[in-house]
Amino acid sequence: MVPIHHYLILGAALFTIGVVGVLTRRNIMVILMSIELMMNAVNINLIAFSDRLGHVAGQVFAIFVITVAAAEAAVGLGIVIAMFKNKETMNINEIDLMKW
Amino acid sequence: MSVEQVLFYVFAALAVISALSVITLKNVVHSAVALAATLLSVAGIFLTLHAEFLAGVQVIVYVGGILVLFIFVIMLIAIEKSIIERQFNRQWAVALITAVLLMGELGFVVWRGPDSLVLAEPLPASPSVLGVTGNSQLVGETLYGQYLLPFEIASILLLVAIVGSVALSKKKTQAE
Repeated sequence: MVPIHHYLILGAALFTIGVVGVLTRRNIMVILMSIELMMNAVNINLIAFSDRLGHVAGQVFAIFVITVAAAEAAVGLGIVIAMFKNKETMNINEIDLMKW
Repeated sequence: MSVEQVLFYVFAALAVISALSVITLKNVVHSAVALAATLLSVAGIFLTLHAEFLAGVQVIVYVGGILVLFIFVIMLIAIEKSIIERQFNRQWAVALITAVLLMGELGFVVWRGPDSLVLAEPLPASPSVLGVTGNSQLVGETLYGQYLLPFEIASILLLVAIVGSVALSKKKTQAE
C-alpha cells in the first residue's frame, strides 16, 4: 500500500506547478489549463483521504469539484472568445482595461 | 513492490512531467496535449485509490469534455499569431518565491508525519443500505442520499454556466 503522504506530496507538487503556470505564462489558455491542474491536485488529495478513511464522501466532493471545473471552463472560454473578438489577442498583458 | 505501488509511482512521474510540460511548452496546442497526458495519469492514480467511478468520470468529463472544449477554442482563435508572441512573463522571481513557499508549507505539514494527518475519528464505514459494495453504487448512494442538496445546487451552477457562456459568446442581433 502506498503511504498517504506520497499522494499528498504529489498533490502539492501538481498544485505548485499550477500556481507557477498562472504566474509566469502570458497566454490566457495556458493560464486556464494551469487552473485545471490545481483542481486536479485537490481531487487527488480528496480521493486519497476518502480511500484511507474508508468513506466515499471525499469522492462525492471530487465530483462537485469536477462540476465546478466544467462550469469554470465553459464560462472562462466564453470570456476568452468574447475578448478575442474585441482585442484580437490571447496575451493577458494587453488586456488591461480594468487596470488602474 | 506491489503492482499498486509500481502503478502509483509510474503515474505520478508521468503526471508531474506532463504538468511541467503544460507550463513550459511554447505552443499552446502542445500544452493542451500535455494536459491530456496529465489528466489521464491522474485518472490512473484514482484507480490505484480504488475510485473506479471517479477515474471514469475523469476520463469522460475532463479529457472528453473540458479538454476538447479547450482545443476547440484554441483552433477557433488564431494560433499563428499567438505563437510569435512572447509566452512568458518576467515574473520568474515572484513565481519561484511563491513556489518555494507553497511547497515548503505543504511539505512541512506532510513531513510532520502521519500522526498529524489522522484528522478525525475514522468515519463509520460508508452507508450501504442495500448492502452494496461496488464503488459506483456506493458513490451514487451517497450522492443521491446524504448529498442531495449540494447535488441540486451543482445543477443550478451548471445552468448558470450554460446561460452565462451563451450570453457571453452570442452575436449581437439587429434588434439590439
